[in-house]
Amino acid sequence: MMRFQAVTSPHVLLETSVGQVMRRVLYAMLPGIAALVWFFGWGVLVNLVIATAVALVAEAAMLAARGKPLAPLGDSSAVVTAWLLAVALPPLAPWWLTTIGVLSAIVVAKHLYGGLGYNPFNPAMVGYVVLLISFPREMSTWLIPRGVGQAHALTLAETLRAIFVSTPVVDALTGATPLDVLRTKMGLGFSVAEIRNSPVFGLVSGHGWEWAVLGFLAGGLWLIYTRAADWRIPTGMLGGLALISTVFYLINPQKYAPPWFHLWSGAAIFGAFFIATDPVTASATPRGRLIYGAGIGVLVYIIRAFGGYPDGVAFSVLLMNIAAPTIDLYTPPRVFGARRG
Amino acid sequence: MSRLFSFHGGLKTVRHKTESNTFPIEPGPLPRWLVIPLRQHMGNSAKPVVQPGDRVLKGQMIGQPDGYISAAIHAPSSGVVAAVDLRPVPHPSGLADLCVTIETDGEDRWIEREPVDYRRLHPSDLRNLIRSAGVVGLGGAVFPSAVKLNPGGHCERVDALILNGAECEPWITCDDRIMRERAVEIVAGLTIMAHLLEPREVLIGIEDDKPEAIAAMTAACAGTGYAVRAVPTRYPSGSVKQLILLLTGREIPEQGLPLDIGVQCFNVATAHTVHRAIAHGEPVLSRIVTVTGHVHRPRNIDALLGTSFADLIAQCGGYRDSVERLIMGGPMMGFALHNDDVPVTKATNCILAASAEQLTPEQPAMPCIRCGACVDACPANLLPQQLYWFARAKEFDKARDHHLFSCIECGCCSYVCPSRIPLVQYYRYAKNEIWAREQEKEKAELARQRHQARQERLEREKQEREAKLRQKAPPRAAAETGAETTGGAG
Repeated sequence: MMRFQAVTSPHVLLETSVGQVMRRVLYAMLPGIAALVWFFGWGVLVNLVIATAVALVAEAAMLAARGKPLAPLGDSSAVVTAWLLAVALPPLAPWWLTTIGVLSAIVVAKHLYGGLGYNPFNPAMVGYVVLLISFPREMSTWLIPRGVGQAHALTLAETLRAIFVSTPVVDALTGATPLDVLRTKMGLGFSVAEIRNSPVFGLVSGHGWEWAVLGFLAGGLWLIYTRAADWRIPTGMLGGLALISTVFYLINPQKYAPPWFHLWSGAAIFGAFFIATDPVTASATPRGRLIYGAGIGVLVYIIRAFGGYPDGVAFSVLLMNIAAPTIDLYTPPRVFGARRG
Repeated sequence: MSRLFSFHGGLKTVRHKTESNTFPIEPGPLPRWLVIPLRQHMGNSAKPVVQPGDRVLKGQMIGQPDGYISAAIHAPSSGVVAAVDLRPVPHPSGLADLCVTIETDGEDRWIEREPVDYRRLHPSDLRNLIRSAGVVGLGGAVFPSAVKLNPGGHCERVDALILNGAECEPWITCDDRIMRERAVEIVAGLTIMAHLLEPREVLIGIEDDKPEAIAAMTAACAGTGYAVRAVPTRYPSGSVKQLILLLTGREIPEQGLPLDIGVQCFNVATAHTVHRAIAHGEPVLSRIVTVTGHVHRPRNIDALLGTSFADLIAQCGGYRDSVERLIMGGPMMGFALHNDDVPVTKATNCILAASAEQLTPEQPAMPCIRCGACVDACPANLLPQQLYWFARAKEFDKARDHHLFSCIECGCCSYVCPSRIPLVQYYRYAKNEIWAREQEKEKAELARQRHQARQERLEREKQEREAKLRQKAPPRAAAETGAETTGGAG
């Protein structure tokens, strides 16, 4: 008589893991990151390295402090948070800015709420908003992209000095982001068409920026294809943003930027595919995810057009994070055999 | 009406069908000892009608149905009853159950068999024959078929009779082989079922990865009007709910029965046994068992009920090295056995000896990241991650409100979970807890009712005594008596 182990079904499982899902997100960010590096230089990479290192140390320290095994370190979720935040920071952000942002994300937003799977707010966006509110000057100093009257690209050494020793960068190299320009000049009474003639704008949106957006779109579509992200969230978000921006554009094209400009500017595409799709903090029901995404899209437009900040992805995501459990409550799928309607 | 419908979720799983389905069905051994459990079906265990020392013939009833939902059990071969006692049976609990053990005499001598013409019998007599032949669903649920063949009262008319040849679980090929080799007999049995149910249409659903079975069944159905439908190979298409939806577009209501929507569904092998029972007078004595996985010669075996798993493994050349788990059924829904010294029952469709490489290594569960892969995979359209939170938090009422009992335990959610959470295990746990609590509640309710009845009886007796006393006592004013009585009752 042979004896065997007795465990319950199913006995075979798909080859998958949280780490695999997280690493897919990292791979999907690479084309967009490449474009950012091309147009904004070494700073983008230095930010990524600083953020990754701080995130891993913070994750390990918090796991140890909470008496948890260190195995989750291998799931790369902390690295994803670090990258999402780093990509959103100005390319010459001082090292302490990045560090404070990542610590806010990993220590406060993630682990103090119970770690992976238990945090109600998107950690990267918590980190971003902490920085945006606390250090508005540092957060709005962007480099001028390559190809817009830039004297010379910063070398790696110059970049490192700027980031670690806080050597002030020549003013000629820094400038406002396209959405900043739009917002400021709009306040001065220029029309959208006039503003769009500024050299910071390219074919569709910001010069250089638009290529990064293309990169993130490609990566995002691949995420959808591999099912690492749910198509409903980006569809809802971009759909919501497109709808409300079209309405206002049709009302007054002089005063409101066209929908394609909004879709292709700032963090709209990046946010739709990479930030809003964080499943832990999003709605979990199929219909709920469409509503959740649409809510973010509409809020982004409201903040951009009428609020106090040039872009609003971070605030919109955090606001909809609050709404996610309620959305779930009212959008359960129709169970097999339940009456329709 | 040749349109196919689709169901939500499901999976493309590994298949592993060719290991066993390329060989014809082999007859099983005639072992010296046959251990026949008296509970091989849903419902009440059969009552033993033999004693140790009795001689039995092949096909002789050794256990009679106990109540309406029960089934008869027969001696699979001739010999002497050696014992009627508790023996290990293939059950996830590993507990023993009442079995009749027969020492076979090697002669395999039959009882008197009485083939009948089904068209000459009254439907209820026909159903009784099927019942006493021990016919139950051979797809795995082993529900007594005679009960399902009686549509009385459930619906005005049966719209569709469905024969399930989907066989969606990986590794299992017993239905595939029986359809290839015994299609004519299956269709003959199906005709008897159709005679009883008088459906508007008869449909046969087979997954499209079984072209030979589809061809054989189509040929056997020629001239009958029965339609063979190839359904996409997508687990769990062989689940009753999903197959009915695929073929008719109708959903069995929650907590309902197929007959509620005018549909009845049987497994292909069950139809085969109906034919044998009626046209040959042979009760259910054997079934086709797929023996596969890490054995030397994977095969389908026509095994006598009561044959030990170990004997079938031996017939298939024995285990290869490093078999880790012995599974009855498939890898998605089957259960692991503690050892191979258990008998084949009517529910044994497959014996899967799995090596470490054929199983997914156990990994510690990570936290749920609410990714929703389980939501996309769930064929019952549930929110598995939500049910998981409720089960974990022991919020059983909420789990029930979120349709826990619509879960068919197909395992799709566990299969796709990147956090490796054993979701199905949580649902089984929650269901068991709820059942246990309901039983407790019922017991408490019964006790309460009994207590109340007793109180009322005592009160009544007391009043009767008082009334008698009053009759003997000199009469007083009526109003006063009334007041006293009321006071006494309070």
